[in-house]
Amino acid sequence: MSTGIRMKEITYARALWEAFDEAMSRDERVFLMGEDIGVHGNIFGAMYGLQEKYGGKRVRSSPISEVAIVGAGVGAAALGMKPVVEIMFVDFATIAMDQIVNQAAKLHYMTGGKVKIPLVIRTQGGAGTGEAAQHSQSLEAFYAHVPGLKVVMPSTPHDAKGLLLQAIEDENPVMFIEHKLLYATRGPVQEGYYTISFGKAEVRRKGKDVTIVAYSKMVLDSLDAAEELSQKGIEAEVIDLRTLNPLDTETIITSLRKTGKLLVVHEACKTMGFGAEIMARIAEKGINVPMRRVAGEDTPIPYSRVLEERVIPNKGRIVNAAISYFD
Amino acid sequence: MKRFDVSSVSKELKIKMYMRMQQIRMFETRTIEHAKQKLIRGPLHLYIGEEANAVGACAALEKGDYVTSTHRGHGHCIAMGGDLKKMFAEICGRTTGYCKGKGGSMHIADLDLGIIGANGIVGAGMPIAVGAAIAMDNQSRKNVILCFFGDGASNTGSFHEALNMASIWKLPIVFYCENNHYAISTSSSDSLNIHDISIRALSYGIPGKTIDGNDALEVYLTTREARQRAVNGEGPTLIEAKTYRTIGHWIGDPVRYRTGSEEEEWRAKCPIRRLRDYLLGTKEATEAEIAHIDTEVKAEIDEAERFARESSDPTPDEALSDIYA
Repeated sequence: MSTGIRMKEITYARALWEAFDEAMSRDERVFLMGEDIGVHGNIFGAMYGLQEKYGGKRVRSSPISEVAIVGAGVGAAALGMKPVVEIMFVDFATIAMDQIVNQAAKLHYMTGGKVKIPLVIRTQGGAGTGEAAQHSQSLEAFYAHVPGLKVVMPSTPHDAKGLLLQAIEDENPVMFIEHKLLYATRGPVQEGYYTISFGKAEVRRKGKDVTIVAYSKMVLDSLDAAEELSQKGIEAEVIDLRTLNPLDTETIITSLRKTGKLLVVHEACKTMGFGAEIMARIAEKGINVPMRRVAGEDTPIPYSRVLEERVIPNKGRIVNAAISYFD
Repeated sequence: MKRFDVSSVSKELKIKMYMRMQQIRMFETRTIEHAKQKLIRGPLHLYIGEEANAVGACAALEKGDYVTSTHRGHGHCIAMGGDLKKMFAEICGRTTGYCKGKGGSMHIADLDLGIIGANGIVGAGMPIAVGAAIAMDNQSRKNVILCFFGDGASNTGSFHEALNMASIWKLPIVFYCENNHYAISTSSSDSLNIHDISIRALSYGIPGKTIDGNDALEVYLTTREARQRAVNGEGPTLIEAKTYRTIGHWIGDPVRYRTGSEEEEWRAKCPIRRLRDYLLGTKEATEAEIAHIDTEVKAEIDEAERFARESSDPTPDEALSDIYA
């Protein structure tokens, strides 16, 4: 059956570019703002050429002013624009925490539902490039903790585009957190405009023995681990959450009814990490299965490759954790 | 009294400004009674003494303009034409309040009136005003944002980021600093190494002007000029208005940080009495007309109070809605 949907193989960064271009060409209200997003097209080239195409008012390359970048996004959104602002590293988003937590997330509520903040705050996190403690963190749990925010963490180029277009359509503030090691990854991406709904996890690999729940780059590591596990006779089901808030617990529970074992994988530090929330929700649903986490060590991210690799989850650690269920 | 030309200000506008200032004064005076009877919970940051700022500045706005307000925002809301009933109800936490009882005194705002929000975080409204001005700029609207903030906010990073960003993009904003000289207890002389905050405008290459914030007419004329500059595409202006909150920071503030004689000195500069004396002096209003306005405003406050008293509390589960749009 022909669906008329055409796919092409592009990078994650290019998929984001297509999302910006689709959104901006369809809707005059959409504009981009952030540091070095003009001529440079952002530090990963994800906006390359867009300022030339849409002009300096719709692609506002801003001063280094994280508070004003997010704050201006809040103000423009309140007046009906659709700002997509960029904070270059999620680590820098802490500078704008007031605007994210006290302003963007609160204005709708504290005005009794009158003001809407359709704002996308794009940023990227994660380790793996030797950028050390202030440019490598995974801080998604901060934002997932705040009512009023949505948190999106795509793992594939196709999801990056479709979820970003959905984020722009959404009438709420959305933290859209990419991973710096994903920009160069390639995959099939649908051409043209499409959206992917929030709150719908994707089963990336079917399996009957253990459920691995991951998001962002750790989905890729988990899929690699699942291949190795398969060679050892263990069939892992890999679930990509795609959005942390809203969170799709149903897909996890459905999988657990089959496998009876949960392994949550995230790059962020283990303590108070998002994995704890997933486990708590499963436990509260009365699903009595063994649960384990593979997560970042509770340390800052170190510089040296040897040290960095020590604290970040990888395929080997995921494999070992899964095997431990069958020892 | 006048160092500037007031001939362009109509009698009707002056009288309206007097009425608005009285609304603010009487509204807040009435809320004090409620607070003392514990009918209002949480802090009540009063604007008494500062009325000329909100009223004079908002009088210079045109349809389609917006303001960002502060934690001391009752005055801004009333100056923008706020419904006193919905305001009183909000302060009492009623479901009929502007924010359904979810905002309270510190967050009374109505987007339909042109108020983007009343902010409990000092300085945080300033970048938001920048964004609102970007919306105006991108939509080529001939409107402005009037951004209220205080002397305290002028010491935050938000002030710097907002003024810098607004100046490089020549955004249509009037930055209006209500310098009431105190944080909670800290005097601005202990938190600023300069006398006039307006000189900070120099750092951003924009005009800065210090004015008498207890003179509604000076406030109005200065804001009107800054507004015109903004809609002409010439960018933001920083206005610093010297003023004073004659009541403590909140109801029950022991006010240990300033002297009674200082307070008396500022009470003598009461903006409402000044405009009344001016109107009487120029014979633009008679004693009887002023008294009539006062009586009408008092009746409005009575009605607002009654409305708030008779309104019901929200149902508890109302707390669970409006988290997401």
